Amino acid sequence: MQDLNALNIAIIDGDASAARAITKQALAEGMDPLELVQQYMVPAMNEVGRRFECSEYFVPELLLSARAMKSALELIRPGLAATDLPSAGRVVIGTVKGDLHDIGKNLVAAMLEGGGYDVIDLGVNVDPQRFVEAVKDKRPQVVALSALLTTTMPAMKATIDALEAAGVREQVKVLIGGAPVTQHYAEEIGADGYGETAANATRLVRSVLS
Amino acid sequence: MHALVKKLVERGPVLTDGAWGTQLQARGLAPGEMPDLWNLAHPQKVVEVARAYIKAGSQVILTNTFGSNRIRLRGTEGESKVAELNEAGVQLSRQAAGNRVTVFASMGPTGKLPSAGEISAEELAEAFAEQAEALKRAGADGIVVETMSDLDEARIAVDAARKTGLPVVASMVFDSGKDKDRTMTGVTPEAAAVALRQAGADVIGANCGQGIAGFAGICARLKAAAEGSPIWIKPNAGLPEMRAGKCYYDMTPKEFASHVPALIEAGASFIGGCCGTTPQFIRAMRLELISPSSGESARA
Repeated sequence: MQDLNALNIAIIDGDASAARAITKQALAEGMDPLELVQQYMVPAMNEVGRRFECSEYFVPELLLSARAMKSALELIRPGLAATDLPSAGRVVIGTVKGDLHDIGKNLVAAMLEGGGYDVIDLGVNVDPQRFVEAVKDKRPQVVALSALLTTTMPAMKATIDALEAAGVREQVKVLIGGAPVTQHYAEEIGADGYGETAANATRLVRSVLS
Repeated sequence: MHALVKKLVERGPVLTDGAWGTQLQARGLAPGEMPDLWNLAHPQKVVEVARAYIKAGSQVILTNTFGSNRIRLRGTEGESKVAELNEAGVQLSRQAAGNRVTVFASMGPTGKLPSAGEISAEELAEAFAEQAEALKRAGADGIVVETMSDLDEARIAVDAARKTGLPVVASMVFDSGKDKDRTMTGVTPEAAAVALRQAGADVIGANCGQGIAGFAGICARLKAAAEGSPIWIKPNAGLPEMRAGKCYYDMTPKEFASHVPALIEAGASFIGGCCGTTPQFIRAMRLELISPSSGESARA
């Protein structure tokens, strides 16, 4: 029998290949997939978040752990009945028009995927109209917008305006984040929330959906 | 120490320049448009920015080449013009500087983190070598590797810059962690100073990130760990506030300049400004350097 604490440690250490190997072995040995997630994987990501908040972990460690979590989750999903571990929700994410920066956006996407969300990443320099189309086609509950530059922040407002003009604003919660973004700005442009760091992205999405 | 750096710092603190992107926006650069592309599209506007800083008192000016590496340019119209953009950037600053002012060419990050496995060391080395060689070819006096967060990326960029034989400044962004004294990837000032010196940097620095008030502490720690290497400091003008769709920096040039004495005391040899600073900020800093007066409150 596998030592499943090793799965917890592999995720905390950001070791995706170990996380996959242990998960594969545990599933082959008949371990309950849901228990794997709830007993070992989710607590690992909680620990990663805690370490980030007290400056033991920084962006690279967070990215690696979220990727390890995601790769283990990919093995588990097919073995679960849809009702056992439903997707926590669907999020469309992208860096707004004019902005080519993707470190923060990738980090938030990875954290949300690690948190069990179905994430549709539209990439960088995303035109407001592409967000509108994605909301119509993919029916997400959340649209997450990223910007690193003060000069591209206004494209967040333009995106919200485009969702409104298309009549789909009420179908989604809009969350924004990025270095120059503030809670004040989120309120000013009518976003539903603002995330200061990627570590609390999952918590923020959960809170606006509850 | 590189002869040029020695010559620059021997007569006291050296005034560098302020932000370029916001100055180009004031001249019509569209929000989100990549400033570097203007080296070929609107060269006269770029020269105007360089001239404005020289007029304000900059002794070292940078170049509009911060994002001109092939990784950052990928997918833009500059993709096939890496060498041209860098060469033009140096030539435009040189055109404004003549031989009176020193031109240190800017190399910024690629936007990919090697410490998170997003890009290989080889790919980074090729990109930075290509940029550094173009900057050298066009006649830069030195190279500034700036706004770095990832120590591996910074070392690779410094190594590429050093191989040109030009003096190299290596500057990182310390804005993360609970005390705002780490880079985004968790690097301390001490670790940065040691590693960047080993990689061959002549000058070690901090730029961008948090407001100027936090820089004296970072500067002192860099100085203590840099074993005699001069320190380069270029803070932001505080953090921007968005009001009615426009971006404002609340700090005044005078307020910014009042921190200069504290930075000099903490060991800074090169000082200037990053995001949000303008030629007015450089002018105010020059006045402060000539006759330190209002710095007492910042020092206290």
